[in-house]
Amino acid sequence: MKHRYLPMTEQDKQEMLERIGVSSVDELFADIPEQVRFKGLYNIKAAKSEAALAKELAQLAAKNKDTASNVSFLGAGVYNHYKPVIVDHVISRSEFYTAYTPYQPEISQGELQAIFEFQTMIAELTGMDLANSSMYDGGTSLAEAGMLATGHTRRKKLLVSGAVHPEYKDVVATYAYGQSIEVVTIPTKDGVTDVEALKGLVDDQTAGVIVQYPNFFGQVENLQAMADIAHDAKGLFIVSANPLALGVLTPPGKLGADITVGDAQVFGIAEGYGGPHCGYFAVTTKLMRKVPGRLVGETVDQDGRRGYVLTLQAREQHIRRDKATSNICSNQALLALAASVAMTALGKQGMQEMAKQNIVKTRYAKNAFEAAGFTVLYQGAHFNEIVVKTNKSVTEINKALIEKGIIGGFDLGRVYTELENHALIAVTEIRTKEEIDTLVAEMGAHNA
Amino acid sequence: MHNENQSLIFEITKEGRIGYNLEPLDVPDFDLTDLLPAELVREEAADLPEVSELDIMRHYTALSRRNHGVDSGFYPLGSCTMKYNPKINESVARFSGFANVHPLQDESTVQGAMELLYDLQTSLEEITGMDEVTLQPAAGAHGEWTALMMIRAFHEANGEGHRNKVIVPDSAHGTNPASATVAGFETITIKSGEDGLVDLEDLRRVVGSDTAALMLTNPNTLGLFEENILDMAAIIHEVGGKVYYDGANLNAVMSKARPGDMGFDCVHLNLHKTFTGPHGGGGPGSGPVGVKADLIPYLPKPVLVKKEDGTFHFDYNRPQSIGRVKPFYGNFGINVRAYTYIRTMGPDGLKAVTEYAVLNANYMMRRLQEHFDLPFDRHCKHEFVLSGRRQKKLGVRTLDIAKRLLDFGYHPPTTYFPLNVEEALMIEPTETESKETLDAFCDTMIQIAKETMENPSIVQEAPHTTVINRLDETRAARTPILRYTKEV
Repeated sequence: MKHRYLPMTEQDKQEMLERIGVSSVDELFADIPEQVRFKGLYNIKAAKSEAALAKELAQLAAKNKDTASNVSFLGAGVYNHYKPVIVDHVISRSEFYTAYTPYQPEISQGELQAIFEFQTMIAELTGMDLANSSMYDGGTSLAEAGMLATGHTRRKKLLVSGAVHPEYKDVVATYAYGQSIEVVTIPTKDGVTDVEALKGLVDDQTAGVIVQYPNFFGQVENLQAMADIAHDAKGLFIVSANPLALGVLTPPGKLGADITVGDAQVFGIAEGYGGPHCGYFAVTTKLMRKVPGRLVGETVDQDGRRGYVLTLQAREQHIRRDKATSNICSNQALLALAASVAMTALGKQGMQEMAKQNIVKTRYAKNAFEAAGFTVLYQGAHFNEIVVKTNKSVTEINKALIEKGIIGGFDLGRVYTELENHALIAVTEIRTKEEIDTLVAEMGAHNA
Repeated sequence: MHNENQSLIFEITKEGRIGYNLEPLDVPDFDLTDLLPAELVREEAADLPEVSELDIMRHYTALSRRNHGVDSGFYPLGSCTMKYNPKINESVARFSGFANVHPLQDESTVQGAMELLYDLQTSLEEITGMDEVTLQPAAGAHGEWTALMMIRAFHEANGEGHRNKVIVPDSAHGTNPASATVAGFETITIKSGEDGLVDLEDLRRVVGSDTAALMLTNPNTLGLFEENILDMAAIIHEVGGKVYYDGANLNAVMSKARPGDMGFDCVHLNLHKTFTGPHGGGGPGSGPVGVKADLIPYLPKPVLVKKEDGTFHFDYNRPQSIGRVKPFYGNFGINVRAYTYIRTMGPDGLKAVTEYAVLNANYMMRRLQEHFDLPFDRHCKHEFVLSGRRQKKLGVRTLDIAKRLLDFGYHPPTTYFPLNVEEALMIEPTETESKETLDAFCDTMIQIAKETMENPSIVQEAPHTTVINRLDETRAARTPILRYTKEV
């Protein structure tokens, strides 16, 4: 058949069959036993032309309410931020996106150097000694951090704060089950991890203590106190951090973290209905040889020129096979590139300015909700999310909001029974005063 | 050849330059210490670059020119299926209604996205011959682990939690045994016979009441179809185990044989290989898992279902589920690309894909077999493995041959894999390459084989034309430099 992706002509095919010494393509499949041979064609939709398919899929896409033409206050781990336009221009260069893993460094220096720069920027932001080349996403990265801690300490228990993203917690639990590791939830108090409760939970089986910074409710946790408790019990302290917040918050590396993970989606990566995003994984030097995934390192070529290679590969699955402590075989290179471009565009100054705008605008929203008579839970320091109490179902209110072009906050009642009728409202730097005022007014109008 | 080092972005930074543009703050500003305890306010700013927008574009454009992708040239990297990445996929994935939707939006506002996923799920069920597919796993290895966790849950639910052995052939991808370990199993490795296929006697010897599963790639990594697949499945099923299909090589059998008809109980696919999601320089991928009916209760949460009224819904009420394997619903953007590809090809197109992939591989194998050792002389599927042991005797390693190919603008084949072939060169041309490209590559390989005999140093010292030559990997591992540090 003729197809724009299939260049062989009938004449090519005949010449090739002749060279192989067979008379038909079917002969090449003769080794498939008759009983298992599939005959005929798949029962799937017929092929469509380029233009017709583009039209059909554009119509399908248009069925969704998007965050570009609606005003979104939905966060809960995935955020609608300023995306420098150049990000998409860089990642659209097909030398990057049509390449495989850089196993041939001589013709992959571009990718390798871009990852080396990504590792540097993540290490800078988190205050950790080093970072890997990226992970699938923040949730699986956190699970891998937990597995690293249990392997490193040879202990079988993880303590996870109740203020960690609920879906991340679920992923940690699934990985832990595979390794027969016990997961214990640390209770929360006033929207943050209960430090006193943590003291009572750590013991000589605690491999790691896992907290989120800022936590799922938007609150900024007191990391150092919890790091000390984890370390006194000889466990590791693991922080899942929003890397944008680290533009203005003291980085986990300065507050006792042994492992800092998270998602770089906040840097130039579309919400994309949940993925692909970009997990990161950063550690102290003492854990360098236990990091999952790929690491890029600097070296020199035979003429002394600086270059980059995948390194410390003895940790990885393709060498260690069943002795490997992680089975990860890829990274999110293209998204790490996107995040690098966004971090570079923001730069030293923009990173601070953008992070601060999130706090300041969220503060404005908090005050506005309170002025309108809403109760805002938790009075501690927040980053870009607050918990607003409503009189009726958040899902119902959100249905009214979408009619006004507003995507409302996350309905916390979906996860926490004690937080029924509570919305987690996210306010990023791209929300304007007017949009915030409208949200407060509309929520007020539908709250009765 | 260039002689200067390529600058790092940190080396072209200059205090005071910016590359961003934020809206001025339109609400009252305040000092962060008014809200945050002083010890939580960052003292020293992260040392990020300070560059203009043009600086950034020039920097990354320069880096891109130091990188080889499928669009740059032929990329016959075995087991990686480096086929053309269609551009319509990229456009569709960027439609605002797909790119700019939040995973936690109310389901009524994302029915279009859910419909696409459901239709993709259904198509993959037909393509694999499985009863249900989950699109959640983020990559192939993640899919392997997801499926093994389901097998584990299945055995536990049947009161057979003692089944702790996963059988893996020696030719398997390294992820197979690693995934088994992460899922809490022990791995038993079985040998391939002289014909390159699994030795049935060896398989019979290791199975027993502790067998949880057999993981198999078919065609295997030698590019050979495991002809005894039904016997193998029977051996495993007789002792109560499950048979797992590593779908890395699905490009070889689409419309010719389906895992579900070959006796497999579950399968993972690499949408970034067979279904053209671009490799992205190492990711993202997407690794859906398909299962037969008796594994459905253990699928990861949430499960995408179509309701009687025709709307789509995520079902969380799955008491026997292994739980969540990833936040949200998988790598949606890659799933959109794979779906666009399947719709572009249709049933006839996917059949032609496999036929040309296999034709191309066999043609190259026959053109090269006089010049390199061919350990398994029979029709291959989508890829084949040569051995460089003849060249090794002349002092030229497979690594040298790979590096010499760089001088001609080719990405080399996979080398030193599979592990059961000495000095392996694993070649997978894919169906999107023309005969001219295949011939030119074969001519180059033959020339290198000649050079090996006549002028081996030119091969041993390759590459000669790349921006850098061979790098000191020992030094990189011995004194790791994993980040840039400013010289003071």
